[in-house]
Amino acid sequence: MASPRPDQKNEPWKDPGAQPYVRVEKLTKRFGDFVAVDDVTLNIYRNEIFCLLGGSGSGKTTLLRMMAGFERPSEGRIWIDGADVTATPPYERPVNMMFQSYALFPHMSVQKNVAFGLRQDKVSSSEIDQRVAEILKLVRMEQFAKRMPHQLSGGQRQRVALARALVKRPKLMLLDEPLAALDKKLREHTQFELLNIQETLGVTFVVVTHDQEEAMTLATRIGVMNHGEIVQIGTPSDIYEYPSSRFVADFIGSVNMFEGRLVEDEPDYVRVASDELGGTFHVGHGVSAAPDAVVWVALRPEKIVLSRERPEGDGDNRVEGVVAEVAYRGDQSIYLVKLASGRQMRVTQPNMLRTGSGDRVRWDDKVWLSWDSSSPVVVTQ
Amino acid sequence: MTRPFRLGELFAWIRAHGPWRWATVELRSRGYSGRTLVTAVPYLWLLLFFLVPFLIVLKISVSEIRLAMPPYEPLVTWLADHVIGLRINLKNYAFLLNDSLYWKSFLNSITTAAISTFICLLIGYPMAYGIARSTPAWRNLLLLLVMLPFWTSFLLRVYAWIGILKNNGVINNVLMALGIIDEPIVMLQTNFAMYIGIVYSYLPFMVLPLYTAIEKLDQSLLEAAADLGCRPVKAFFRITVPLTKAGIIAGCMLVFIPAVGEFVIPALLGGPDALMIGRVLWEEFFNNRDWPVASAVAIVMLFVLVIPIMIYQRSQGQQLGAHR
Repeated sequence: MASPRPDQKNEPWKDPGAQPYVRVEKLTKRFGDFVAVDDVTLNIYRNEIFCLLGGSGSGKTTLLRMMAGFERPSEGRIWIDGADVTATPPYERPVNMMFQSYALFPHMSVQKNVAFGLRQDKVSSSEIDQRVAEILKLVRMEQFAKRMPHQLSGGQRQRVALARALVKRPKLMLLDEPLAALDKKLREHTQFELLNIQETLGVTFVVVTHDQEEAMTLATRIGVMNHGEIVQIGTPSDIYEYPSSRFVADFIGSVNMFEGRLVEDEPDYVRVASDELGGTFHVGHGVSAAPDAVVWVALRPEKIVLSRERPEGDGDNRVEGVVAEVAYRGDQSIYLVKLASGRQMRVTQPNMLRTGSGDRVRWDDKVWLSWDSSSPVVVTQ
Repeated sequence: MTRPFRLGELFAWIRAHGPWRWATVELRSRGYSGRTLVTAVPYLWLLLFFLVPFLIVLKISVSEIRLAMPPYEPLVTWLADHVIGLRINLKNYAFLLNDSLYWKSFLNSITTAAISTFICLLIGYPMAYGIARSTPAWRNLLLLLVMLPFWTSFLLRVYAWIGILKNNGVINNVLMALGIIDEPIVMLQTNFAMYIGIVYSYLPFMVLPLYTAIEKLDQSLLEAAADLGCRPVKAFFRITVPLTKAGIIAGCMLVFIPAVGEFVIPALLGGPDALMIGRVLWEEFFNNRDWPVASAVAIVMLFVLVIPIMIYQRSQGQQLGAHR
């Protein structure tokens, strides 16, 4: 997603001289024998929305809870804005969290919930009133200030939880699955709203999510986690287009993964012969792997062209197959094409013409699949 | 030709036309259902075992004492010429107001019960908190330990306290053997022993409702409070206490109400000046054989206890209404 956030243009993570705003260094958390977070090092820059993405049990929530101060790290340190907060209790950290369950105080009105944090800081009551009113206006909940949490819908509670954390103007804002409890329509709407609010206030966000779409929409950068480790950090497009491992390629979006052998290894391209494909991939980027090494090629379904006619020319990056399944999704259709090797290849095509018009590919049709040499990605692990 | 009689047909007819049919249709049309039947059971129970005895006690409380069996004048008498005489005698209540023994013992009972309830709360809350926050395996064991005393008779446990507290009892013997004291400390037959007895006996009634309330408390609320800059002690009073209010009130009621009427513990452990209303009631009934005055004491006691319960019920009802 193209975002107007200034720091994405600057891309401070590419500047070796840039000072990270939040630094997590060699952080490890053990629960008994179980290693929840394993030697994680992260730099997060000012005004970023950094998404920690991973399945359940990947350690993303534990990492977030260590940033909030609810869990003591077994090893490693955390810095926020130059200060070491590793041993600082949660009530003294310049960090606020939005809980997955929202954790609104059920015995306090919306106004009192939002004012709670400011009360702890001994802010004058006139300033509290003004700041609470301001933030409630920002999340468009000003007319609900007198309501109790149980009188609100899920989406409204989410806004109150957001306002309660933001009203303290934290240096770092943590969000634990912020949109998981909302239905799909509301979730999409809220994602953009969250982006707007973050831009308005200029707070640094760390978001934990298992929903890759949410991560792609919100994040300046994504850290993909698996078994307590960060397996890849990058912008959403980096992660999607250039996954560094089979796990990441598989976790983000859907992908066709083929095992193959490196047959030609040049600095600007490689060729991978794959029995599963029944052909050869010509990949337009170099790889650091030994010749004849076993590698995997990842190919996104939407980057494949489906045609009845044999593509012109001859050579790599094409294969013939039979359509085994067609799933009509409205905006697009998903085709499962069976190759000669028996492998099925997933292809998505936008439905540019209405059903019933034009020549559409159907079950059992013989088709050709082809793709550009810039589309496949070779991963070695 | 007559048809053979079939019992099943009769039942079918009754079901279709009989009072059963009438009752079900009629009741359903007025919004009653099987649920009414289920809720009727506790109401019947209360009617039979609470309201009827209450009315009997009320009746005795407004009658006059006499030396007979039963030892009070009947309320309704048949006079000559088809006249029914109804004698309502309020002298017993007037007597309660005039004799300072009664209101003093009322006051004493309420003070004693209030102090005991407060001590129970102070001891019970940390206990309940500890149990609710322990691991599930420990939790069951600790709850079992809280309830363990109930397996022994209440009287036996009170007598055991006599054995511990008396002048040549366990505590005094140990302290004297250690040379800490020369003379035994008089503990039995004092207010101190009475409070120990009441608090010890009623503590489980405080711990259990508190445990239920604390266990239900969402831990993330305390984390949220800490996250917003609230220190743990403050968070306890701002979040934990208000959200476990229902358990606190329930526990206090369960301790306070029976403690007001308590007479066994004050009689056995307390001093001669521990005039509890329960003891006065007992003496009035069994020693003086003045049933009307004893009944009047019981009725006044009931109202003293019912009023706070009703206020509590009202506030609960309002809260429930607000949560819907």
